[in-house]
Amino acid sequence: MQAELIDIRNHMAHYPPFDEMPEDLLDQVVGNIEVEYFRAGSTILEFGTANHWLYYIRSGAVELFRRSGELYSRISEGEIFGQFGLLMKQNVRFPATALEDTLVYRIPEETFQYLFKSDDSFADYVEVEDKSRLRSALSRREKSNELMTSRVTRLISREPVCAPCTVRLQEAARIMTDNGVSALLLMDSDSDHPRLKGIITDRDLRTRAVTEALPSETPISEIMTEDLITIRTSAFIFEAMLTMLHNNVHHLPLMDKDEVRGVIALADIVKYESQSSLYLVSNIHRQKDSSGLKKISRDVRDSFVRMVNEDANSHMIGSAMAGIGRSFTQRLLELGEEKLGPPPIPYCFMALGSMARDEQLVVTDQDNAMILDDSFVPEEHDSYFLALAKFVSDGLAECGYTYCTGEIMATNQKWRQPLKVWKDYFTDWIENPKAEALLNSNIFFDLDGIHGKTDFAEDLKSLVAEKASNSQRFLTLLARNALNRTPPIGFFRNFVLEEDGQHRKSFNLKRRGTAPLSDLIRVHALACGSRAQNSFERLKVIGKTKLILDDDLGNLRDALEFIAIVRIRHQALAIESGHEPDNNVHPEDLSPFERSHLKDAFQVVSNAQKFLRFRYNAGVGRNVQ
Amino acid sequence: MSSNSANDPTTAPSWPERFQILAQEARSPLLKDFYEAGCVAPDTPISEVPMVALDLETTGLDSNQHSIVSMGLVPFSLTGIQLGAARHWVVRPKLPLHQTSIEIHGITHADIEKAPDLEEILDQVFGLLKGRVAVVHYRSIERGFMDVALKWRLGEGIQFPVLDTMAIEAHLHPDRQPSQWQRLLGKQPVSIRLGDSRTRYGLPHYAGHNALIDAIATAELLQAQIHHHFSPQTPIRDLWL
Repeated sequence: MQAELIDIRNHMAHYPPFDEMPEDLLDQVVGNIEVEYFRAGSTILEFGTANHWLYYIRSGAVELFRRSGELYSRISEGEIFGQFGLLMKQNVRFPATALEDTLVYRIPEETFQYLFKSDDSFADYVEVEDKSRLRSALSRREKSNELMTSRVTRLISREPVCAPCTVRLQEAARIMTDNGVSALLLMDSDSDHPRLKGIITDRDLRTRAVTEALPSETPISEIMTEDLITIRTSAFIFEAMLTMLHNNVHHLPLMDKDEVRGVIALADIVKYESQSSLYLVSNIHRQKDSSGLKKISRDVRDSFVRMVNEDANSHMIGSAMAGIGRSFTQRLLELGEEKLGPPPIPYCFMALGSMARDEQLVVTDQDNAMILDDSFVPEEHDSYFLALAKFVSDGLAECGYTYCTGEIMATNQKWRQPLKVWKDYFTDWIENPKAEALLNSNIFFDLDGIHGKTDFAEDLKSLVAEKASNSQRFLTLLARNALNRTPPIGFFRNFVLEEDGQHRKSFNLKRRGTAPLSDLIRVHALACGSRAQNSFERLKVIGKTKLILDDDLGNLRDALEFIAIVRIRHQALAIESGHEPDNNVHPEDLSPFERSHLKDAFQVVSNAQKFLRFRYNAGVGRNVQ
Repeated sequence: MSSNSANDPTTAPSWPERFQILAQEARSPLLKDFYEAGCVAPDTPISEVPMVALDLETTGLDSNQHSIVSMGLVPFSLTGIQLGAARHWVVRPKLPLHQTSIEIHGITHADIEKAPDLEEILDQVFGLLKGRVAVVHYRSIERGFMDVALKWRLGEGIQFPVLDTMAIEAHLHPDRQPSQWQRLLGKQPVSIRLGDSRTRYGLPHYAGHNALIDAIATAELLQAQIHHHFSPQTPIRDLWL
């Protein structure tokens, strides 16, 4: 080997099976290499043709397929392929295609055979078709938009496996085993036309049947899940992913009106999207203690960056990040309950703000509260809930969700109250609104129950939806709050930049962009009596009432999406370059495209604020900043 | 040297014809042998052309004032760069080393004290060049320095066709220098330097400025350029200069 090829040898020396190879042997390998470039999408190995090389990926990514055309593996830098055919002295078994522009080093067959004979660790490595290696290969970063554009029906490869809900426990387990499925659909066969009644999963059998030592003759209907979360056949895969994230379920029956067409399992989506936020979520729920949670919280940012690189939209990213935050909270609550014992009375843990709106990003603090059962007796019960709230809050802080500076957390006694007190709070805010108090309680109008008796949170949503639309004074004050923060554009469409402080010469995309938008959308949604929490969902409801013209509604949606995605990209770029992500953007860091469209988007915000001022007669009053 | 005229089939003989003439005119056996090995026909598809990537490190940019200090060559085709046949030499420059050039290519006085003169390795160099089309990144350097270096040593210069990966990038990015106005709007110039060009094709970063690594890098870049902008059937006449 020419000594100048050391760069090539050093690269290979980082990856198995070359990492443990003696230097002089590796030098010989390098001396026999041929280098070839493949453009993304081009064929590298065709099924059934003769192959005389072992391929090493220097840069790029390659997909290997089964004979059937099904994806076998995705591999990238530092990985090898082509060994199976060489070992069996057969033609190509796994055809290969370049997924990205790819540079390969080809090692000739004679060198391969020589290595196989002379180097044990090499032989071991190429011989083992290790499942775990394949899994790690699949979980590598890959560029794919299939989640966004493919329908859930693509994941369905078989008829649904069903049984009548009168079936016994053991029989249900046998049907699942015989059919090799992890979920069984249970049908109500009383009528002529069987309807989906419930579902039972492997996990249910484990946790509800085996650990409870139920007799094998127990009717399955006693342990099946009835309040089914389903998805329609027209949904996209990412919607299925969001539904799973939101509800922490691993199986979704696929419905075509009343007919069940199949079941989508978490594993089906993970196949599409390993190392994804969903994967992370199922990992969160497997952690045994808060230090485990802290450890995997490092993956949150990777997951975020990955979604950005896959061109996910802001709704998808916001929902996924909220789903992750929700999972951390849920798991901490479960761990807390294990540590402190079961709660003495029912309670509901409530997410507020961006997590409740499914609009969370990576820079976020915790906003939460507890609704306790009305049987609450402070002297008897409160020490338990304070301890639980503190356990969760400290755990979340460990996982990167900083404490709320405004003390809007369940650790604060004011926000840890029985349902009747919460109803009084909301009634008072709405019926006797005071400007100052409302400013601070804004955040409670984005709420979502995430653990325990979530019905309590639903009660509050109903109360708000009913009362808010009838209180003009409440809406006026809320509208006035929504006008406090103005978008950063001045005369001649110039950006108005912060003039002092740490973030001079920049503007804050959250404070000046997404927050004023979600504020004003919230006002309209409450005026319409909507229970929706997510801004895009709220816009849909507003659209149905004709409160805002369709064109304006579309503009609002586009403006929110654009500002949010610029903010998201800004944070992803910071993470990728090793900086701490924030919301402050310097105009010179934006592309001309982004600058021009941001100005348009801010103009939409400004117009929408003018409309809000007019509509709710909110013109008088403060206009801070 | 007026190599560009070779590109115009109406006014100049094509490279194979030129090689025939040069073979008769050459006095040095080395050059005669090189020209006699011939040159592929202009309509040969690029996929059938034997090529050799060539890179020189020099003490400066002016072939009349500066010297070659190292040379890297690697034979290749569209489907394979043969690392096993790659060669790299450090050669003793006729003119003293400049500190600035040491900083660029890392070859020091100590390295060149033991190094041969270019003349001593010419046999091997021509062994690799013969019958192949040379591929370089920025042809003025390689063609200019080879010509001058051979004039010094053999008393006559050399002409040969090259594929210039830099010229291909320049052709693909005619507006690479943004106007004053575009600059104001934030448009960045497109760099056609070797490393920056490679990045556009997803090629890996190599610790640069070694003549052999740069030759390999150039060969990889040409493969990528052909796959992205031309095709394996593209006749060599469309590309050589």
